[in-house]
Amino acid sequence: MSAIPQSKSDEPSALWHALPWLLALAFFFLADGYHSLGVNILIMILFTLSLDLALGYAGIITLGHAAFFGFGAYAAGLFNLHVSADPLLGLAAATLAAAALGLVTGALILHTRGETLLMLTLAIAAILHEAANHMRDLTGGDDGLAGIRPGAVFGLFRFDLWGKTSFLYCLGVLFVWFLISWRVVRSPFGRSLDGVRQNAKRMRAIGTPVWLRLVAMYALSAAMAGTAGALSAQTTRLVGLSVFELLTSGIVAVMLVLGGERRLYGAFVGATIYVLVQDVAGAINPFYWMFVIGILLVAIVLFFDGGLMGVIETARRKLRRGGAPGAAP
Amino acid sequence: MSAGLKIDNLVAGYGPTVVLDGISFEAPAGAALAVLGRNGVGKTTMLATLMGLTSLKSGEILLGGKSIGRMPTHERVHAGLCYVPQERRIFPSLTVAENLAVAALPGGWTPAAVFDLFPGLAARRGNAGNQLSGGEQQMLAVGRALVGKPDVLLLDEPMEGLAPIIVEGLFAALSKIRDESGLTIILVEQKVDLALEFARDAIVLDRGKIVWRGACAALRTDEEAQHLYLGVGAD
Repeated sequence: MSAIPQSKSDEPSALWHALPWLLALAFFFLADGYHSLGVNILIMILFTLSLDLALGYAGIITLGHAAFFGFGAYAAGLFNLHVSADPLLGLAAATLAAAALGLVTGALILHTRGETLLMLTLAIAAILHEAANHMRDLTGGDDGLAGIRPGAVFGLFRFDLWGKTSFLYCLGVLFVWFLISWRVVRSPFGRSLDGVRQNAKRMRAIGTPVWLRLVAMYALSAAMAGTAGALSAQTTRLVGLSVFELLTSGIVAVMLVLGGERRLYGAFVGATIYVLVQDVAGAINPFYWMFVIGILLVAIVLFFDGGLMGVIETARRKLRRGGAPGAAP
Repeated sequence: MSAGLKIDNLVAGYGPTVVLDGISFEAPAGAALAVLGRNGVGKTTMLATLMGLTSLKSGEILLGGKSIGRMPTHERVHAGLCYVPQERRIFPSLTVAENLAVAALPGGWTPAAVFDLFPGLAARRGNAGNQLSGGEQQMLAVGRALVGKPDVLLLDEPMEGLAPIIVEGLFAALSKIRDESGLTIILVEQKVDLALEFARDAIVLDRGKIVWRGACAALRTDEEAQHLYLGVGAD
């Protein structure tokens, strides 16, 4: 099954596109006491979306995407402590820092492919982890970077204890990045990366500078992951070394596979399901909740090509055809 | 919008293996040259070498007098080469319009011009590559080459595996490109009769070397060459 709608007639309606945002707003108004959980979901959606750009659309295999999430988190934290408490300025600084890291590391490693690339992405995250551990004076080492106190958003909306401001702040940032991603993957640039993923040699043979395109997409993906990390730092007010760990990279990959690659909304479904299962199953049994995720992952990979979003899209298409005038019974 | 192609003493292959051993020929600007030979003699390797997709050991490739033999593949396309590979290799998840959009370069054909040439493709512009028939895929592969910046069009067995009626339509479209665009065309083709009808001159490869060269009209009457190098009339 191809990950991209087979033809323009399969494009979802405007209501379909509005659905996740309406659900998020409904959650804001109806789920009192759960806004912090919602914030976590929104941040992980953004992080997963960033991986979808690199891995899903451009085919850049990586086990080190946490490098950019963590770099963005530390950058936002340090910016807050040493430069300015303005959260939007901190967000911009962290995003640019992560983009620069993506640009430099991407330029170095995207000549390689396969296992070599996988190991290099892993190594970059490990190097950053060790650097953050050793630069204790700057980062707090394994105690973490504490004392982050973001100011009011636009100078008006202070971060509250219940996470309501954080929720709307994260939702707004996610919406902006989603629009950017939407535009990018549908542009000739984005479609050319789809071509690179399918056949890089062929893309070179039609004049595409493959390496440059990959580096550009990698930097964009890194910027988005950096924003997610910055949101995490600003809303939890703490950055720990775990942001660079392999587990963080692994979790976001699991979220993407659960939701479905190359769908954008797959990130929404995968991250939401993962965080909710973690919350609910973790409350029942804090040691074995990963068992539920494992079962889900095995079932998705074995039986549902395209992840949960693929299942939803197939159902939507069937409903549309079934409901169309004159449609076959 | 055309440039000549000159190949001088080309030695190339895959890794340490030499497939092309001292190939030299010239295709003047606007000319159509047929490259013939049995299976496995190096025809596809020659086109792949022109595109920079093999290991070039020695020799020169001149496009409009400019050496392109050491350029990376994508820069050769910007220099004016465009390539229609044997297996078409269109992108299955991209629509027809997107397949053209990702290959478009300034100075190339517009998608509208491609759709004028292949009206059947225009009606399918919103369909994904994996929803096209073999003939439509081939038309798209040719169109995708033309929206680059074509001076020299390299065609690798464009008629392969197509039904006779589709071959007829495609041949007519390629003839129109040859007659009206002024492109230099290098055609690798197993269907000898079509290739000889299409091109003015031909070269015949055997085991990585050029073993016959001349006008297509002369090859049509040279039964010995046809028998020896192309297997025509062989027992």
